[in-house]
Amino acid sequence: MSRCLTERSIDHVVLERGEVANSWRTERWDSLRLLTPNWQSRLPGFGYEGDDPDGYRTVPEVVDFIGRYARIIAAPVQTNTAVTSVRGADGGYQVATDQGDWHCRTVVLATGACNIPQVPPPAATLSPAITTLTPPQYRNPGQLADGGVLVVGASATGTQIAAEIRRSGRSVTLAVGEHIRAPRLYRGKDIEWWMDAAGILDERYDAIPDIERARRVPSFQLTGSPERTTLDLNALTAMGVKLVGRLAAISDGKIQFSGSLRNMCALSDLKMSRLLDAIDAWAAANGIDQKVDPPHRLPPTEIEASPPLALDLVRSGIRTIIWATGFRPDYSWLDLPVLDRKGQIRHDGGVASSPGLYVMGLQFLRRRKSALIDGAGDDARDLSAHLSAYLHGRVPSS
Amino acid sequence: MSVSTAQVDNGVNVQALIDARAALTDAPAAAQFSWRANCTWKKGTHSHSTVKSFFGLGEEQKHKTTFSFDADHPEVFASEDYGATPVEFVLVALGSCLTAGIAAIAQHRGIQLRSVSATVEGAMDLAGILGIDSDVRNGFSGIKVTYKIDADATPDEIKALVAQSQKRSAVYDIITNPTNVTVEIK
Repeated sequence: MSRCLTERSIDHVVLERGEVANSWRTERWDSLRLLTPNWQSRLPGFGYEGDDPDGYRTVPEVVDFIGRYARIIAAPVQTNTAVTSVRGADGGYQVATDQGDWHCRTVVLATGACNIPQVPPPAATLSPAITTLTPPQYRNPGQLADGGVLVVGASATGTQIAAEIRRSGRSVTLAVGEHIRAPRLYRGKDIEWWMDAAGILDERYDAIPDIERARRVPSFQLTGSPERTTLDLNALTAMGVKLVGRLAAISDGKIQFSGSLRNMCALSDLKMSRLLDAIDAWAAANGIDQKVDPPHRLPPTEIEASPPLALDLVRSGIRTIIWATGFRPDYSWLDLPVLDRKGQIRHDGGVASSPGLYVMGLQFLRRRKSALIDGAGDDARDLSAHLSAYLHGRVPSS
Repeated sequence: MSVSTAQVDNGVNVQALIDARAALTDAPAAAQFSWRANCTWKKGTHSHSTVKSFFGLGEEQKHKTTFSFDADHPEVFASEDYGATPVEFVLVALGSCLTAGIAAIAQHRGIQLRSVSATVEGAMDLAGILGIDSDVRNGFSGIKVTYKIDADATPDEIKALVAQSQKRSAVYDIITNPTNVTVEIK
């Protein structure tokens, strides 16, 4: 967005509470890699120039990438500046920070959707003898006590952390709710290559029948590893991770899991099939068939006949629980009537419901790729055009 | 899907459901329902239950007629078998809820159903309810539902109907997830 504003000669400042790429520096675990291949983790005019385009960036590489971009575009960033409130004032906005206040006509929120880990309320009843961690607090298996670990949530974060902790020799139980299974490689190409080539990532928010539901869909259950392997539930089972259903309740030192595990996996397998069918149809219609391997399907997710419905924390030897149960945005500093009754910001493709207020980086904000690094460029281009028209007093079209 | 919605009739008024969803999104109080059954002991393990009124859309509602259910235990339990067992009612509830869901979803997806039937089976170790073994639960150790579906759809589309029905089923949720139960005496 800053680059677009500079290109339009719109005077602006970028406020960052820490250093550039703050959350990548402070809220990621050590072994994390991006889910998207290097060639795709790009910003406009600033792609990957290394020798491993199909690899996946590590956290230090992401921090370096974003930092270099900021310097190259000479983004006017004010670091170590925490915003304490944004409110309406004088035909625009007053942004209060711990380094002083700003007055402006427009504000772009780029704080993301992953500020506060969602921990279910029953967690409060857990005994203090159990260590609980959220993903921003987790760094590596070395910080964990000996003993079993329960990972709650089986999307990208949950599966990656479960696998890593299992490899450390600890027993791992994974509580599985809704998840989006996908092969890392399909017909010899990265699944993200297909999503990009077939135009799936460019699908627009206003072309989707139920955008609210689409925005709540969990992240792909993918891992970026040098081996480009698929880390699905079958792979975790093969490693000895024990699968149970969605966490349903905690009481008296017992954790209860839903009996719906089998259907959760059936739903995920069917959804994956539909995605691969769509990819196959696109490949056939666009002359790709001869250039890639033939279609294939992953085996169904295997679930034991009667998965456990409860765990006694003491008897099971579980010492740590990791809540990979998603995030919600932090708008506690946003003093404007733009939130819906679930605390999410009201917006139309990133144009928030207060004039001159914009938001970026949310799931399916304008396109299916909006929350990916590769999605920022197109969204910024669209929204900066709207912002510019707004500043010039023209009635903007969205 | 190869069938257009206009030709498909499973008897479900999907438009009404879609309209209800839209209306209730903006009126959360109207979405608060309370379902009821009244149960009267007859003799032995035989009881008689009725279902007539419920609360919803902000006011008391009534079914067209009073529905009537006898429940009892079978002769192998040294009872009189005047009605199905309570646990069999639960199996009926699950089968009914999932089947209704399949019809609604099929209608919404433009899939013509020709026949749908299910067997619902719950396995139970009596050592639980008879207090023989405290490690055995009172209820079902597992429930298996087997569907036979003849429809204008591919096998994957039919699997998706059944999977989606479970995802949105009230009784499936009641059975697979814990529910608070409060029992008082007046």
